[in-house]
Amino acid sequence: MVALLDIKGLRVEFPSRRGHVVAIQDLTLELAPGEILGVVGESGAGKSTIGAAVSGLLEPPGEVTGGEVRLKGERIDNLDEHQRRAIRGRRIGMIFQDPLTSLDPLQTIERQLIDTIDHHLAVGEKEARARAVNLLDQVGIPDPNVRIAQYPHQFSGGMRQRVVIALALAAEPELVIADEPTTALDVSVQAQILELLKSLCREKQVGMILITHDMGVIADTADRVCVMYRGRVVETGVTTQIIGAPRHDYTKSLISAIPRPDRRSRRFPLVTYIEGEEERPEKIDLGSHWLGQSRDFGAGEDVMLKAEDLRMEFLTQRSMWRSKRKYLRAVDDVSFEIRSGEVFGLVGESGSGKSTIARLVTGIYRPSGGSVTFAGQDLTALKTRAEAAPWRRQMQMIFQDPFSSLNGRMRVRDIVAEPIHFHRLAGSREEAQKIVKDLLELVGLGAAAAVRFPHEFSGGQRQRISIARALATRPRFLICDEPTSALDVSIQAQILNLLKDLQEQLQLSVLFISHDLPVIRQMCDRVGVMRHGKLLEVAETETLFQRPSHEYSRHLLDLMPKLEGLRREEVMEGQSVA
Amino acid sequence: MIGFIATRLFQSVIVMLTVALIAFALFRFVGDPINNMVGQDTTLEERAALKERLGLNDPFFIQFARFAGNAAQGEFGFSYQHRRPVSELVAERLPATLELSLISAILALAIGIPMGVYTALRRNGLLSRAFMTLSLIGVSLPTFLIGILLILFFGVILRWLPTFGRGEVVDLGGWTTGLLTESGLRSLIMPAITLALFQMTLIMRLVRAEMLEVLRTDFVKFARARGLPDRYVHFKTALKNTLVPVITITGLQLGSIIAFAIITESVFQWPGMGLLFIQAIGNVDIPVMAAYLVMIAFFFVVINFVVDMLYYAVDPRLRVDARGGH
Repeated sequence: MVALLDIKGLRVEFPSRRGHVVAIQDLTLELAPGEILGVVGESGAGKSTIGAAVSGLLEPPGEVTGGEVRLKGERIDNLDEHQRRAIRGRRIGMIFQDPLTSLDPLQTIERQLIDTIDHHLAVGEKEARARAVNLLDQVGIPDPNVRIAQYPHQFSGGMRQRVVIALALAAEPELVIADEPTTALDVSVQAQILELLKSLCREKQVGMILITHDMGVIADTADRVCVMYRGRVVETGVTTQIIGAPRHDYTKSLISAIPRPDRRSRRFPLVTYIEGEEERPEKIDLGSHWLGQSRDFGAGEDVMLKAEDLRMEFLTQRSMWRSKRKYLRAVDDVSFEIRSGEVFGLVGESGSGKSTIARLVTGIYRPSGGSVTFAGQDLTALKTRAEAAPWRRQMQMIFQDPFSSLNGRMRVRDIVAEPIHFHRLAGSREEAQKIVKDLLELVGLGAAAAVRFPHEFSGGQRQRISIARALATRPRFLICDEPTSALDVSIQAQILNLLKDLQEQLQLSVLFISHDLPVIRQMCDRVGVMRHGKLLEVAETETLFQRPSHEYSRHLLDLMPKLEGLRREEVMEGQSVA
Repeated sequence: MIGFIATRLFQSVIVMLTVALIAFALFRFVGDPINNMVGQDTTLEERAALKERLGLNDPFFIQFARFAGNAAQGEFGFSYQHRRPVSELVAERLPATLELSLISAILALAIGIPMGVYTALRRNGLLSRAFMTLSLIGVSLPTFLIGILLILFFGVILRWLPTFGRGEVVDLGGWTTGLLTESGLRSLIMPAITLALFQMTLIMRLVRAEMLEVLRTDFVKFARARGLPDRYVHFKTALKNTLVPVITITGLQLGSIIAFAIITESVFQWPGMGLLFIQAIGNVDIPVMAAYLVMIAFFFVVINFVVDMLYYAVDPRLRVDARGGH
């Protein structure tokens, strides 16, 4: 039998002035109809380039410089643009990462579907519409006859990804390339979308290449896995084997770096295979250092932060009349306490109000009701910025996206020094620069980073800069809002270890917000579960994971990607050694 | 939708009243209106009587209300210089300015948008680079210089086109148009190009920048990945999305075409509102200046209102409240 997709010795290069960058080299893989092949690897490994090369959508100047790609036995890598276009959509469907931006906002779903179907199959407007409705039904959109006339913004994220899938399958392709199809979605929606993709592949005998950085997604979905590292395939095999008994060193360390949902460990295992990682610098004795010293807070409050009946409403419909205004209750009477030196986790799906709480606590938003008490001071009672400044100084925030949270026009030393100058914490410019240097050492960047600009750093390194900036005011309370969601597994492990070390050494209290349960389990002492603006349950982390008391917590835990089943062999090995 | 229109209309009225207030203040407090109207030998008693008759002794708000009420009906009093009602002068001059502005706007859009799209799609093409370079000249040369150069070249050296005035006009029941006679059309060419050039280059650069932005978006990539032809992706998907922000800027620019017609009208001695205004400034003809101010504000408000409505029509995301969403 001829394989659906057969790639042999593929090589993709991006010529540049400083010599050619080889994005993929010597890639060989096969895919059968109805099969799901997972491609995993970290960012920059060349995963997405495979999809682009197969569909002929390589961004110039990228080009295929070697090997061949066959679809059902025909070569497709040497076609001209016109022939390629005839294959795209018709024989190869693509699904992209972000459903919120994948659809034309100014056209109805109907228009987009009909135009795609009619272009490829030339069945006429009426038949195309019938097919479109049928497709929407298949991808699980309720009332397809009504919803087809709507615009993309009228659908939720998960529903939009279903529409994207319908569009990708509109011309009945034989092969689908899904590039991180669920990365932008919540866990519960992710599970539904993966289930949908799986069943569609089986039913229609469509082969799928599933590109992702998430091992959990692979474990749930793929039949076979291909692990990529720096443009090469390091290992290919059946999913259970790759996850349960990886052979290559890189795969082993990659899998061990995934935060374990099933048990708590002291530190996150690092991806040790990565070459050229910076050494951890010699330790700075924090006890005698500026950072540890003269922390001018009254010692020994038991409760660091206390939120009482915190409420936040956003106006969703304006009106001159009070009674006609509509509000969205983003945070609904939430009360919790964070003790001194504790890491308190908040977990929930997007829109549950986690980040709004962070903003209320830091004072970015003013609450509609309730109060925030920080170290014995009611923050909501402070009226002016000047009054609030000393308290704000003691709480700092680390944001999710390291690419947009640093000012690209400032040097790292100025970014880190900014809060020091703002709060007048240093006597002179020289003193401030000395502190900046130490901070950069502390977060593992080295003092040489000071004179560079943020764009010269990778995502993980930028997050280290953010941490250094947050520590610059000698805070005692840190708010981390999804600090590692934008990072690769290996980088995530490093950053979380760093945060954990700093938390212990500086006895920080931390509000740690994440949607990622395994990460929460490793990081937090106590956890609150949020949904629709309400805090459903607060429990000790271990209690929550072993005996969740609220139904929704159980539901969330059930949705966690299951690596354990596949990992049994490894777990047994570990036990026998112990 | 109705609420949206009502709010916008309400805001428009506020803007117009504010401008009317400024115009009124100009009329009432810059110089003495009586002095401007009467001769040297008028006695003090006559002046006082005139003041009383014109209602200048009434309280401020009553005077303003009268001014606003008259302005709403197109009455701005008598021109000091021409000794005729301002409304008559405006009615005579307005068609010239509107015709010139309209033709310029059409020129700017009809050439600017396609050029913007072309330079965005063929970013490195020879023609694109030529357009970009030329547009730089268009943006940086002052309008009057372009006008003078055109006159010198086509009017004086080649003698192809008339260098001033509107040519022959046809009267269509109160509206004089130069669009129906050959000399009228020939006279229109150079002023229209002069006035359009700056807007055209601006629109072109704007469309190009927006288009490049849109071409990088995921939905364009996804449309390509579905194998849709370039024509569809470029014009049905990308261009429509490009136009959303372009509409706002273009709307404002059209307003300024009318307002900035002053310079072009002066260079070409075009008998429009702008020329009238310049002469009014020279002669401290305050009623004319006040009328001009209010008219220009009115055009801006109307154009902005239309732009908001267009926005509403083009972008379904704004319609979410009206349709109930989700």
